[in-house]
Amino acid sequence: MIITQKKPIEELMAMLEGATKVGLVGCGNCATACQTGGEKDLAEMKEYLEANGKQVVGTAIPDECCQKLLVKKEMKAFKDLDVDAIVCMACGDGAQTVADNVKLPVYPSNNTMFLGQVERVGVFNEACRMCGDCVVGTTGGICPITQCAKSLVNGPCGGQKNGKCEVNPDNDCAWIKIYNRLVELGQEDKIAVTRADKGYAAFSYPRKISLKEGK
Amino acid sequence: MSLLQQALESGKFGVTAEMAPPKGCDFSKQMEDAEYLKGLVHGVNVTDMQSACIKASSLGLCIRLKEAGLEPILQMTGRDRSRIAIIGEFLTAANFGIDTMLALTGDHTVVGDCKESKPVFDLDSCGILSMLSEMEASDKDCGGNDLESKAPVFYKGTSVTPVYEPQILQINKLKKKVECGAKYAQTQGVFTIDALKRFMDAVDKANVDVHIMAGIIPLKAAGMAKYMNAGVPGIDVPEEMIKRLSDAAAEGKEKGIKGLPMKVGIEMAAELVQQIKEEKICDGVHLMTIGAEKNIPTILEKAGVSIKE
Repeated sequence: MIITQKKPIEELMAMLEGATKVGLVGCGNCATACQTGGEKDLAEMKEYLEANGKQVVGTAIPDECCQKLLVKKEMKAFKDLDVDAIVCMACGDGAQTVADNVKLPVYPSNNTMFLGQVERVGVFNEACRMCGDCVVGTTGGICPITQCAKSLVNGPCGGQKNGKCEVNPDNDCAWIKIYNRLVELGQEDKIAVTRADKGYAAFSYPRKISLKEGK
Repeated sequence: MSLLQQALESGKFGVTAEMAPPKGCDFSKQMEDAEYLKGLVHGVNVTDMQSACIKASSLGLCIRLKEAGLEPILQMTGRDRSRIAIIGEFLTAANFGIDTMLALTGDHTVVGDCKESKPVFDLDSCGILSMLSEMEASDKDCGGNDLESKAPVFYKGTSVTPVYEPQILQINKLKKKVECGAKYAQTQGVFTIDALKRFMDAVDKANVDVHIMAGIIPLKAAGMAKYMNAGVPGIDVPEEMIKRLSDAAAEGKEKGIKGLPMKVGIEMAAELVQQIKEEKICDGVHLMTIGAEKNIPTILEKAGVSIKE
């Protein structure tokens, strides 16, 4: 899931300077789960904007705001309306998908934070940085690229204290977690796997995959 | 072949010191300090923006030290440079006759003094060592392209943290770094012979073929020791040492003598160095004096260590 957080409202209001008639677009999937772009969030945003001199002329919540065809269909709702700007309450991908489908300025109300696991309602953890070359098969199902603050692929640095990361003591040292998991799985020999040449060519953006073109 | 390589490979007791480039462009203090070290050490590590704090570059001070007749050890972290930039630093270093290096992960930018900087970490210490080894073997760069000259050959080293739980993770990583080309390893500061012996036993049991140089940090005050115990990973200064420092401070206050704790710190460091050498616990020492390089001649003299032996 793409994890989003609301931007400070002042930042959005600064973007909306000069715009009076506003359309709101949320997302029925990730942003709904993140409580940044679901029905309730759009209603709250509408109330705030209208209390602050804006007029919300329409709203849309596509099931997924990253689906180009779906968003295209949903944006028809704004076609005959007099709109100065769209506020997109989805992720950065959603905001761009909306922008591709309207000839209006699109302003994001959220910051896009990471690809995350849902631990429970409202609690999200970053677990994968989409490096394009997954190594978790040898690291006990724990990603060192993401869970180690230095993305170390060959074992820990010397920087942990009491099993906690020097970068953020709220976080466990990824490599101690990996080691403990490998021991649990009876795979501690995998701790010896060296990846001196871990490369990042598959990390070059923007990336595109086309199943039709087979690449 | 560098002095350090000659010493370690011939079974002599290796001695290295450490210097940090300035936060600025005036190297005069470093060059003055370098004079204290001449003829006393096999090499001088030059730190690479230690603690992620901005300084002049390691390569710059290495070049100056080389010109001054010392043997610099180019420290290289993966924090600030991609593999492209790192290999470029080493090609440049070789042109200036620098032939000894030490690879480190590097402290994260969030603990440094410019937290907005984007950490790179393209290569970790294994990656840096392996890249150099492969370049030596193939005369090709990290992109597989031919160099226009023979590849430079570096005497490659790394660091290791002896006081670490679970220790197997440090030993295992050390083993990998040796597989990637490290011939020597300098440890994080150790403060007791017991801790060093426990670590050396683990290295021996794991059959890691590498020269170990014990990291020695001469303590300057009890406060420094307490601060390091609380905040610096892998540092474990025993209470007894802290007491000797605070007793020295109390005595100095009573008698109106300045600098007694520093003097005690020098003595304690010298005692450790002496015992390590006499009992042949490891292959050498790495003195991390943190700006007090002028104390190194005294430490080595008190410890009875001379590289001319």
